[in-house]
Amino acid sequence: MDYAPARFHRSQRQLAERGEPFAFSPENQATFDAAVTHYPPERRKSAILDALYLVQGQQGYVSRASMRFVAQQLGCTPAEVEDVVTYYVMFFQRPVGTYTLAVCRTLSCALNGAEQVTEAFSDTLGIGVGQTDPSGTFTLLEFECLGACDRAPVVMVNNDHWQERLTPDRVPEFVEDLRVRGLAALSGCHHKVE
Amino acid sequence: MAFQPVLTRFVREPRSFTLDFYRSHDIGYEALRKAVTTLQPKEVIEQVKAAGLRGRGGAGFPTGLKWQFVLTDTPKPKYICCNADESEPGTFKDHLLMERNPHLLIEGCAIGCYAIGAKVAYIYIRGEFFHVQKALERAVEEAYRAGFLGKNIFGTGFDCDVYLHRGAGAYEAGEETALLESLEGKRAQPRIKPPFPAVSGLYNCPTAVNNVETLANVPLILAHGPEWFLGIGPEKNNGPKLYCVSGHVQRPGVFEAPMSVTLRELIVDYAGGVRDGHRLKAVIPGGSSTAVLLPDQIDIQASFDGVAKAGSMLGSAAIMVLDETTCMVWLAKNLLAFYSHESCGKCTPCREGVDWLLNLLTRIEGGEGQMKDIDLLLDVSRNIGGKTLCPFGDAEIAPVVSTIRHFRSEYEEHVREGRCTCGADWRARRPVLAAH
Repeated sequence: MDYAPARFHRSQRQLAERGEPFAFSPENQATFDAAVTHYPPERRKSAILDALYLVQGQQGYVSRASMRFVAQQLGCTPAEVEDVVTYYVMFFQRPVGTYTLAVCRTLSCALNGAEQVTEAFSDTLGIGVGQTDPSGTFTLLEFECLGACDRAPVVMVNNDHWQERLTPDRVPEFVEDLRVRGLAALSGCHHKVE
Repeated sequence: MAFQPVLTRFVREPRSFTLDFYRSHDIGYEALRKAVTTLQPKEVIEQVKAAGLRGRGGAGFPTGLKWQFVLTDTPKPKYICCNADESEPGTFKDHLLMERNPHLLIEGCAIGCYAIGAKVAYIYIRGEFFHVQKALERAVEEAYRAGFLGKNIFGTGFDCDVYLHRGAGAYEAGEETALLESLEGKRAQPRIKPPFPAVSGLYNCPTAVNNVETLANVPLILAHGPEWFLGIGPEKNNGPKLYCVSGHVQRPGVFEAPMSVTLRELIVDYAGGVRDGHRLKAVIPGGSSTAVLLPDQIDIQASFDGVAKAGSMLGSAAIMVLDETTCMVWLAKNLLAFYSHESCGKCTPCREGVDWLLNLLTRIEGGEGQMKDIDLLLDVSRNIGGKTLCPFGDAEIAPVVSTIRHFRSEYEEHVREGRCTCGADWRARRPVLAAH
C-alpha cells in the first residue's frame, strides 16, 4: 500500500534518481511492519529511524531512491526523510567501506590518546578522516562521545560493534586482525562478565 | 565503606541481566505488584514525592512533582518516555545499568506508567548503544512472557507496553523536547516551552520524560519505602547515586554512593586517584556542560546542592579528571568541537556562536591568537548564554567561561608564546589532526 500523499506538494523535493530503485527485502519488510505497530497508526513517521537502519543494513548506505521508498512506507514526503537522514550522524549517504571505524574523539577518550589512535589509523590505512581506503574495506570516521569513557579510547565499528581501550601502537595489528577475522576481532563491551 | 550499593549491587555477577536472576536476587517486579495491587496511582506518586527523588538526568527536578503535573483530565493517551540517550560527554552510568540490570528499568517504566495513567512507555536509547539495546530487548521480551508487561498485569486490568526506540547519533536528543521530536520521526530539535511535556508532549499528549537512573530508583522506593530512601544521603539529595569517573584516573568506572560522598573521595578512594606520577589540575564535576573546579574546590559534597554551591553543577554526575599535562585551551577547544558538531541549529546564538568560539579557540591554541581574542570569547559567550530555547547554549559556554576564569594565564601564555606550551604525550603528534 502506498502511504504517500495523493497530491503533489512543493515540499516533495524531487530527489535526483541515483542508482537502482529500492525496496525492502521480505524479511526487512516484515521487521519494518512489526516496528510500525509500536506507534499509534496515524504516527507511522515515528518508525523512520527503524526504516533507515533497515535500509542501511540492506544496502550499506541510504541512497536517494531509498529515501523516496521510505517516504512511501511512512506516508510522508521525501523531503522529510532527507531532513532526518542528513541530521543524524549514523546514516551514511554514500557507500562506505566494509568496516566503518568511528573513533571517539571527545574529552575522556582524547585524554587517553584518541587523537593518536586516529593518527595511527590514518597512517596504517593511508587515508584521512571521512575517507575510504582504495580496497573499499575501511572508512575512517571521528565520532563524538560514545558513552564508554571508562574504557577509553573507544572505536565503534559498523555502528553496532565496539573495540575498547585501543592504543595507537596496537592499531596496525588491529586493522590486520579485522581484515582477517572480521568482527570477531573486536573486544566488545567489557561489562560482559559471563 | 558502609554503604551497600543497590542499583549496581549485582552488575558484576554472571547473568545478572536475566529475569530469573532479578527475581531471585533483586526487586523482581514485586514493587510493581505492590503498586498495581495495593496502591492507587496517586499513592504511588505520593511515595515518590515523599522519598524526595530528584531527576538523575542533569537538572535534578523532583520526579514526583513531574508526574503530578502530568495532565489527568484529558481523553488523550499519556506516555512515559525514558531518556536513555545518555550522550553527555563523560557519562556512562545508564549504559551499565541497562546492560546489566535492565529489569530494574523496565519495572520502573511500568510503575511510572501506572502512576501517571499511561499505557505505553518508550525507551529512547541512543543509536550507538546497539549491544545495550539487544540486552534491553531480551529483558522486555522476558517481562512480556512472564506477564509483567502486556495486558491485564497481575490480573488487575492494568495494561502496559514498553517499546524501545533507537536513536541515530544526536547529542541534542538528550534534551526532553528534542527527544520527543526525534520520537515523532523528526530532527532532534527542542520545542518552545511552555507548553511543557506534562501538558503537551509526545504526539501532543501529556508525557513524562525521565532519565534511566531516575526510573530505576522508583522500584526501590516502592519496595523499601520512602523512609529508607530518605535515610540515604544528605537532606534534599536523597537516594543512591551513580557517579561516572573518567579521564586521568587509575580506575575509571561507575561508582554508586550516597550523595554525602565528596568529590575528592570519588576521585581518590573510588577511582584510585590521578594516574601515577601526576597531580590533579582540574575536575569537571558533571559532564562537559558544567564549569571546571580546581583541586582546592573538590572537598565538597557531590550532591546536586553541594556542587551548585561551589559554582558548578552535578549534572549527570560525569566526573572528568584532568592532570597537569592537560592544556586548558585545548580542553575548551576539544569540547567546543563537540558542541559545534552537535548544535542542532535551531537557535541562531547557539548555532552561529559555537563556531565563533571554536574558531577563536583554534586560533589561540594554534598560537595565532591575540590578547583581545580572550575577551572576545567572553563577549561571544555572553551573547549565547540564556538566549537559546534549550540549555545547550549555556552548556557550550561553560567550558570556555570557566577555563578563562580559572586559567586565564594559560590563554595569555598561548598568545605570548605563539604556541601551546604543554605538549602532553597523549596528544596528536601531527598538527593537522590536532587542529581539527
